Amino acid sequence: MTGDADHLLPSDTPVTLIDAHGHPVADAGRALPDDAALRRALASLITARRLNDQAYALVRQGRLAVYPSSHGQEACQIAAAQVLDEGDWLFPTYRDTVAAVERGVDPVEALTLLKGDWHCGWDPYEHRVAPHATPLATQLPHAVGVAHAARLRGEPTVVMALCGDGGTSEGDFHEALNFAAVLRAPVVFLIQNNEYAISVPLARQTAAPSLAHKGVGYGIPGERVDGNDVAALLSVLGEAVARARAGGGPQLVEAHTYRMQAHTNADDATRYRASADVEAWVGRDPITRLSVYLQIDESDFRARAERVAEHLRDGLNRDVEPDPARLFAHVYDRPTTQLQEQAARLADELSREVASR
Amino acid sequence: MTRHEKLSMAQALNRALRDAMTDDPSVVVFGEDVGPLGGVFRVTDGLTAEFGEDRCFDTPLAESGIVGVAVGMAMNGMRPVVEMQFDAFAYPAFEQIVSHVAKMRNRTRGQVALPMVIRIPYAGGIGGVEHHCDSSEAYYAHTPGLHVVTPSTATDAYGLLREAIASPDPVVFLEPKKLYWSKEEVELGPQPPAIGRAVVRREGTDATLIAYGPSVPVALEAAEVADREGRSLQVVDLRSIVPFDDETVCAAVRSTGRAVVVAEAAGFASVSSEIVARVTERCFHSLAAPIRRVTGFDIPYPPPKYEHLHLPGVDRVLDAVDDLQWEDS
Repeated sequence: MTGDADHLLPSDTPVTLIDAHGHPVADAGRALPDDAALRRALASLITARRLNDQAYALVRQGRLAVYPSSHGQEACQIAAAQVLDEGDWLFPTYRDTVAAVERGVDPVEALTLLKGDWHCGWDPYEHRVAPHATPLATQLPHAVGVAHAARLRGEPTVVMALCGDGGTSEGDFHEALNFAAVLRAPVVFLIQNNEYAISVPLARQTAAPSLAHKGVGYGIPGERVDGNDVAALLSVLGEAVARARAGGGPQLVEAHTYRMQAHTNADDATRYRASADVEAWVGRDPITRLSVYLQIDESDFRARAERVAEHLRDGLNRDVEPDPARLFAHVYDRPTTQLQEQAARLADELSREVASR
Repeated sequence: MTRHEKLSMAQALNRALRDAMTDDPSVVVFGEDVGPLGGVFRVTDGLTAEFGEDRCFDTPLAESGIVGVAVGMAMNGMRPVVEMQFDAFAYPAFEQIVSHVAKMRNRTRGQVALPMVIRIPYAGGIGGVEHHCDSSEAYYAHTPGLHVVTPSTATDAYGLLREAIASPDPVVFLEPKKLYWSKEEVELGPQPPAIGRAVVRREGTDATLIAYGPSVPVALEAAEVADREGRSLQVVDLRSIVPFDDETVCAAVRSTGRAVVVAEAAGFASVSSEIVARVTERCFHSLAAPIRRVTGFDIPYPPPKYEHLHLPGVDRVLDAVDDLQWEDS
């Protein structure tokens, strides 16, 4: 045990490299990512925003049951994916569809859950993206386990584990951080603090000075970053990933951002927050500030975003006929006798329905 | 090659872990006090010394974390065997078990399997204070996606644990605490599959006692006493609650026409209720009497000085057998 915990404490204010007006911050103490990295980020941010808004529209058209949008949080989504290597893992929550897509998951497969065709639409091993986790913070211990297994085998894998501000109140958040610290597991925990857990504001979630301060209790360094500044996110998360890969153990990063839309389309945010509060964040938009900073022609980026949105629309407009046998196929490696009997009963029931039509 | 040794159930489980760890470097053991101490029941005795701290290690005291980390390790190529120190201490892990361990294969259409074993010392009969004696099998058996097994002999403990570790599916491995110290000649080495297969422990012609885990010795003793009184009782040991071996259990009940289920857990909405329902659905016309159950009462597990009143004992089993509408009574 050491008495000196100062090195674990986050900055007094979130790290910002490009401010809300698109100006580089003087004396930020960190170098800006190079222009190529920022251009790549902008291209992805534009696609991410388009996907969020397309998915939102597809709910209204009845093609998705519901969509928890990350509109306004795209910088966190993109940076979390872009700082990873191919052999790394990403553990997303239900609001992190765009991060999964940035890592390579097909957007149609990323939305299979919300379309209702199955729970997880992608092969988690293909792009090393775990299934969306819906029960809050339960994916965080899994992230630690994946990282620890890799470390035991001497593999250079780093795991990026995402959660929200509400998730930090869950027991699994605590257990995962504690295990990661004790095992020195190469995990970067990224909290997207968007200020609301459905309707409950952060002040009702925690009395901590910041969520990044929670790291000190586990012996994990915490850092705070402007969650709408993709340059700062790439820098802070990139450093955390490099440190974890070098054997430096886990890190906790809190990104300050804002959920610009309701929790999902099924939610009515006007019941618990004022529109003026939302308006205040419009001026801090992650895409606008990077556009202003870079001053480049974005037409190719926008064309690409349109192509991805079209792919999503086409995919979600295609109806997939449910296959009743699938209900029983993957409960166990091989269906038990009882499941075989139940599958046969269902098949018989369905064949009689067809016959009586 | 099969070897024979006189071992307690705890020692047989230890040998199963050692043999599995020797055979497969992806097998890792972790939990609370499983390292240098060797577990509170000594089931992991000597594993850290033999295999090193990477293969058998103590974790922070947090059951959800233990199971959650095991999920991640199983996702990433390992075969974790985790210990929950006592039945009732496993409840913090319930969400991980139900929402992830049981569902991962199904959620991912078979792409992510979780070959992992959750060992849980369970049930009573050892004079344990509260929170140390729960029969929690119904919670797990009710959850699709889990295998749930419980040995009643040291030989089965060895075979079932080896099979559970090798299984591509997650297994909840319930170890009857009161049988940890019973010694017997144990067969070590490859055994016929036991997951999903019940076994007839004692042949008999008048009625069938169906039991599992800690209740099997009770049923066997009842059969012994009944034999002296001129009644021939057959004893079936489930070994595997999920998958359930309808075939063996129903064949046994059909052969006698009468049955009593013996289990420590509270009877309401329990594994014993399920057994009665299944057997009745399948064997109704072979039954000469309704199936009786001898279970724990529907009460929280009682303090040590009351447990003898609560646990199914030989007399209560024999009383239930007497109630099976015999023609001569």
